[in-house]
Amino acid sequence: MATDILMPALSPTMEEGKLAKWLKKEGDPIKSGDVLAEIETDKATMEVEAIDEGVLAKILIAEGTEGVAVNTPIAVIAGEGEDPASVQSGGAPKTNGAGGHPAPTPDMQAEGLTEKPAPAAKTGDDAPKAPAAPSVITNKAQEPVMEEFPADTPMVTQTVREALRDAMAEEMRRDGDVFIMGEEVAEYQGAYKVTQNLLQEFGPKRVVDTPITEHGFAGIGVGAALAGLKPIVEFMTFNFAMQAIDQIINSAAKTLYMSGGQLGCPIVFRGPNGAAARVAAQHSHDYSAWYSNVPGLKVIAPYTASDAKGLLKAAIRDPNPVIFLENEILYGQSFPVPKLDDFVLPIGKAKIHRTGSDVTIVSFAIGMTYALKAAQALAEQGIEAEVIDLRTIRPMDSATVVESVKKTGRCITVEEGFPQSGVGAEIVARLMADAFDYLDAPVLRITGKDVPMPYAANLEKLALPTVAEVVEAAKSVCYK
Amino acid sequence: MDAAKEPAKDASSSQTQAGSPQAAEAHKPAPNMPQFTRAEDLHAYHEMLLIRRFEEKAGQLYGMGLIGGFCHLYIGQEAVVIGMQMASVEGDQVITGYRDHGHMLACGMDPKGVMAELTGRRGGYSRGKGGSMHMFSREKQFFGGHGIVGAQVSLGTGLAFADHYRENGKVSLTYMGDGAANQGQVYESFNMAALWKLPVVYVIENNRYAMGTSVARASAQTDFSKRGLSFGIPGEQVDGMDVRTVREAATRAIEHARTGQGPYILEMQTYRYRGHSMSDPAKYRTKDEVSKMRDEHDPIEMVRKRLLELHGVPEAELKATDAKVREIVNASAEFATNDPEPDPSELWTDILLEAHA
Repeated sequence: MATDILMPALSPTMEEGKLAKWLKKEGDPIKSGDVLAEIETDKATMEVEAIDEGVLAKILIAEGTEGVAVNTPIAVIAGEGEDPASVQSGGAPKTNGAGGHPAPTPDMQAEGLTEKPAPAAKTGDDAPKAPAAPSVITNKAQEPVMEEFPADTPMVTQTVREALRDAMAEEMRRDGDVFIMGEEVAEYQGAYKVTQNLLQEFGPKRVVDTPITEHGFAGIGVGAALAGLKPIVEFMTFNFAMQAIDQIINSAAKTLYMSGGQLGCPIVFRGPNGAAARVAAQHSHDYSAWYSNVPGLKVIAPYTASDAKGLLKAAIRDPNPVIFLENEILYGQSFPVPKLDDFVLPIGKAKIHRTGSDVTIVSFAIGMTYALKAAQALAEQGIEAEVIDLRTIRPMDSATVVESVKKTGRCITVEEGFPQSGVGAEIVARLMADAFDYLDAPVLRITGKDVPMPYAANLEKLALPTVAEVVEAAKSVCYK
Repeated sequence: MDAAKEPAKDASSSQTQAGSPQAAEAHKPAPNMPQFTRAEDLHAYHEMLLIRRFEEKAGQLYGMGLIGGFCHLYIGQEAVVIGMQMASVEGDQVITGYRDHGHMLACGMDPKGVMAELTGRRGGYSRGKGGSMHMFSREKQFFGGHGIVGAQVSLGTGLAFADHYRENGKVSLTYMGDGAANQGQVYESFNMAALWKLPVVYVIENNRYAMGTSVARASAQTDFSKRGLSFGIPGEQVDGMDVRTVREAATRAIEHARTGQGPYILEMQTYRYRGHSMSDPAKYRTKDEVSKMRDEHDPIEMVRKRLLELHGVPEAELKATDAKVREIVNASAEFATNDPEPDPSELWTDILLEAHA
């Protein structure tokens, strides 16, 4: 019986990749364990190993082909006694079993990672794909409304990952006091490949691989910042920054005040925050609200690549400790980024991403994906939503939100974090104080559910917000 | 094993253990005891006495309700920070935990500014916003004053990281107590400091009690000089009551760090006469233990005796020093009492720095 070899996924968030090379040719006998082909994404490479025995009957995808969707049949193996010339592929992309991945992630196996595996950290492209990952609208279709550069600026399409890397590289070229430290930032090129090529350009003194000791290296980073250097401390995820939160809060955020203004702490703590896909409760926490609670910190959570670049550059230049919350699922998404020598955005300014007159939707980071998609759906039903991207959580630009609510009279908030004391709760409180007389309906919050993030695909999906929930909430405050 | 019981008398071993308070019974002047010149002893006397009198005054002001919150006195441990400072050079950084008044004075910070911070006044080093445990002076390269036990160890390692990065030849003197030495981040920092050969001297001030818990009840390994062994960090136990042994060990350790050989650990065997803080139940040790240490190993008395007997300094000269020190301390107390509280507007300052350009 002929067996299809499927395009494997290197991570739960990978959608497609390049078939870089075939190591076997048609007619070759295949044993289990033989390396058949090499697959590449912008983050990683892996080898496709045969699981079955037989003869490589047909190569369906030529080597060098880019954009091969996960689970596409790439070759057919003829079983014992079959005529390789007459075997047929099973056809269209199909899943391998119950949502499992066709191949293991060789990277992790090869390195024998048993401690802190950070499952998603070790693997490929991050375009959303897995069942629980939120669907994402085409970003190009929705041009930002309020841009912070001249209209005729040439644009390049970049992933958020590339924009972040460029922001760091530009600032490191500009200022010798800027350096980056963290786990796997140098030789590995970044657990999520955000620091790709920084080691090659700046060398090991300024791109510092640390041991897996978040508390210790966060403290070392803060100490270096107190001494006047400008560290960028990368956490493989902000979940691991829990180990370091004492240094972030007690040392970085408070020392300026406790020293009567003598000791500033120019440091950026950055890394992916919130849920990726199928990594369960300890790797899915959204800390936006936590850090936004602390005076002495600035907290940034961008959505687009352009904002990621402009705001990370601003964060690195800022003389204060900045928490820069990224998102694994957004890393691989592409957006237009202005082609400017020095594109820096102001911290603390929200952006009206889409104008509308009927209801205000306030969101940030990956929450914007639900908000924008819901706005599209609402438009089809005759409701024009104004979508505000906060971009910075602290200091919060509530003036932009209030101005919008004065126009629409209605507001909902969207975030993946937990409901209690969340960012949405803060916006509700501010609107009560500053826009009460303009509100025609109670402000509603769409948030992640009040449960630890489950692993099972169906439960994870239930735990996250949905576009339908956003649409329903928007209609409800419009009494429709 | 005999070698373990009887450490070799070389630089990297516990050569000064005989003079330590832990081995008080065996206390005899070692034949190779480092000597101070008259000027050095006079300097040490003045500096240690300043700390002693300052702390006594702070205790008094606390009792009068002028100092609030927590107040941890350094009385008894003066030789440690003074001996260390005598071996350091200008520009070397100092960072410590919350028992920090002595370190600030030793770094040359103004006693008025320190005392005014204790009383929460606008002339305090942190404009009244830090208090006893949180004071800093960028000018004197004193980086606090930290209230979270052990946090200063990672921070001090970070100061050394900056020195290493800048190749400026400076050394970070990072102090901690025997209690802090059990914190996890201390070992994370040891590891990275050794890995990257950072110029840091870790000074473990073993005053035998972490609050009320004796070292033996809290530490599986009570020889703190060995705490860096698994990272290859050399360590020594030092008689922290004798400013001469402190300076000698400090010179060795600082040289090691400054010449690119990486971190060094000094366990300073010392003793605090006062409670952990001002509200100490004093139930965890006997009065005899305290008075024995005061009577037989007081760091200031030892210098005073040497000045009189060895250097032939007239008693009158020492009395003049005493008077001068009292004057400085009284002036600081007076300033700290009369200086106004911070302006209410200070509530909202120093939270964030203005971003420039």
